[in-house]
Amino acid sequence: MMKRTIPVMIASIAGLVLVVAHFIPPAQSWADEVSSWFQILAAVAFILGGASLFKIHLQKISDQRPGWGYSALTIVAFTVTLIVGIFKIGVPPSESFPSMPWSGDYVGDGGVLWWIFTYIFTPLNATMFALLAFFISSAAFRAFRAKNTEAMILLVTATVVLLGQTYAGTLLTGYDWINPHLQLKSIVDEWLMPVFNASGQRAIKIGIALGIVSTSLKVLIGTDRSYLGNEE
Amino acid sequence: MQFLTNGQLDRRWIFLGMLLAIASPILLQVTFPEKPSPKTIDVFNAIDQLSESSRVVIACDFDPASAGELEPMISAIVRHCALKRHRMIFLTLWLPGAPVIKSNIRMLVDEFPDYRSGIDYVDLGYQPGAEVVLKVLTSNFKKQCSSDTSGRNTADLPITAPLTTIQQVDLIVSVSTGFPGTTEWVQYVGSPHKVKMVGGTTAVSAPSLYAYIPRQLISVLGGIKGAAEYERKIMDHYPQLEANQSAREGIRRMGPQFMGHMLVVTLIVLGNILFFVEKRKGTDR
Repeated sequence: MMKRTIPVMIASIAGLVLVVAHFIPPAQSWADEVSSWFQILAAVAFILGGASLFKIHLQKISDQRPGWGYSALTIVAFTVTLIVGIFKIGVPPSESFPSMPWSGDYVGDGGVLWWIFTYIFTPLNATMFALLAFFISSAAFRAFRAKNTEAMILLVTATVVLLGQTYAGTLLTGYDWINPHLQLKSIVDEWLMPVFNASGQRAIKIGIALGIVSTSLKVLIGTDRSYLGNEE
Repeated sequence: MQFLTNGQLDRRWIFLGMLLAIASPILLQVTFPEKPSPKTIDVFNAIDQLSESSRVVIACDFDPASAGELEPMISAIVRHCALKRHRMIFLTLWLPGAPVIKSNIRMLVDEFPDYRSGIDYVDLGYQPGAEVVLKVLTSNFKKQCSSDTSGRNTADLPITAPLTTIQQVDLIVSVSTGFPGTTEWVQYVGSPHKVKMVGGTTAVSAPSLYAYIPRQLISVLGGIKGAAEYERKIMDHYPQLEANQSAREGIRRMGPQFMGHMLVVTLIVLGNILFFVEKRKGTDR
């Protein structure tokens, strides 16, 4: 009862309040109250997430499972970032409140968290994303084969977009004697993206929206309880 | 290291090719002329046609992984807004977006020293809560953003004092990649409350936003190409930017993109030639 019925009731009431507030403007203050509670609960979820991360990685270190060194690194990085962020270490006071030592923004210039972000997080994050260029080029060679009609359509479209999105499109077709509508850039900008792509995307988005409505209704009336996890 | 083995190219050659393709235009500083597309012109007009001192929300919903594509875009938009003397309200729904705002404000203050915090711009920083933040902003702006990142009460700042809801701003510029981002801004603010919006996103995400043009979004800048075209467009209108090297960061990055794309197209063609040669050999046998 306590484990499942009450959470289902909370979810249903919160959801219904938001739906009602959308159609009945005087009920907007209720929706604001629910939204505030959501934000408080989300903040608590951050604490739970952090605790869970600690538990899992400490367990891994304690059992000396393969890769436990990475877990140790994760815990050290997490703890350091958390402490320097919470205590605003190195952050200068806000110009508006110079006498208050903790009044500066947590990512204020010169702070340790700002340093970690600028010199560790940013290069690592950007490097991981930049590696995609290498994997995409390898995949383009290995997987992009005209094995059937669908693959051929995809291949031709991808090539046109790849060329049209750079100066190559202008170099290849950007001449006065070629009809402007047949130039690669125009084919991408006037046909592929706004006609074929946009119509497909709209259909997908409408489909997703209908799916969300149906799933939300199931959650509101309590027939879908999958978000509560397993019975055990 | 053999170049070709059983119709397969050793991937180390491919990686080396990509390294050279990306590095050579950077080292040789190769750039290409850009011609703004209709979508870029629409974004430009949306900002340019606002009257002076209009309030523009600039949402920086991305992290450093996408900054390579999106930072030149947001910098160009901030420059354009400053040239038009618009008032800018910065905020982000992404935690790593907060330092992105800071770096743009640094650029703004360096290039436009007369811009004053709290009057001409405000940094509202990271707003945790994704869509819920947007819902609250539409019903009670100051409940969600009670203070800026300096700890000043938004009710006391001239730029935010008159705002009771976010619908009162003149334009929302959402530069994002992923969730929460431009899609959520459209669904919770732009579309239901009829607020004018333009978007900016990475090249891979742009096709999903084109579906919202022109009713929910005025237009969208897609990837570094969109940023480069936008830089060209504002330089054409404000020639004083021509001398500013950091105002052509997107144009500079189109060189590596051009070479990278050419390599990928070459690899696709090469892969298919080898595929058909192997297929023919199999048929002949």
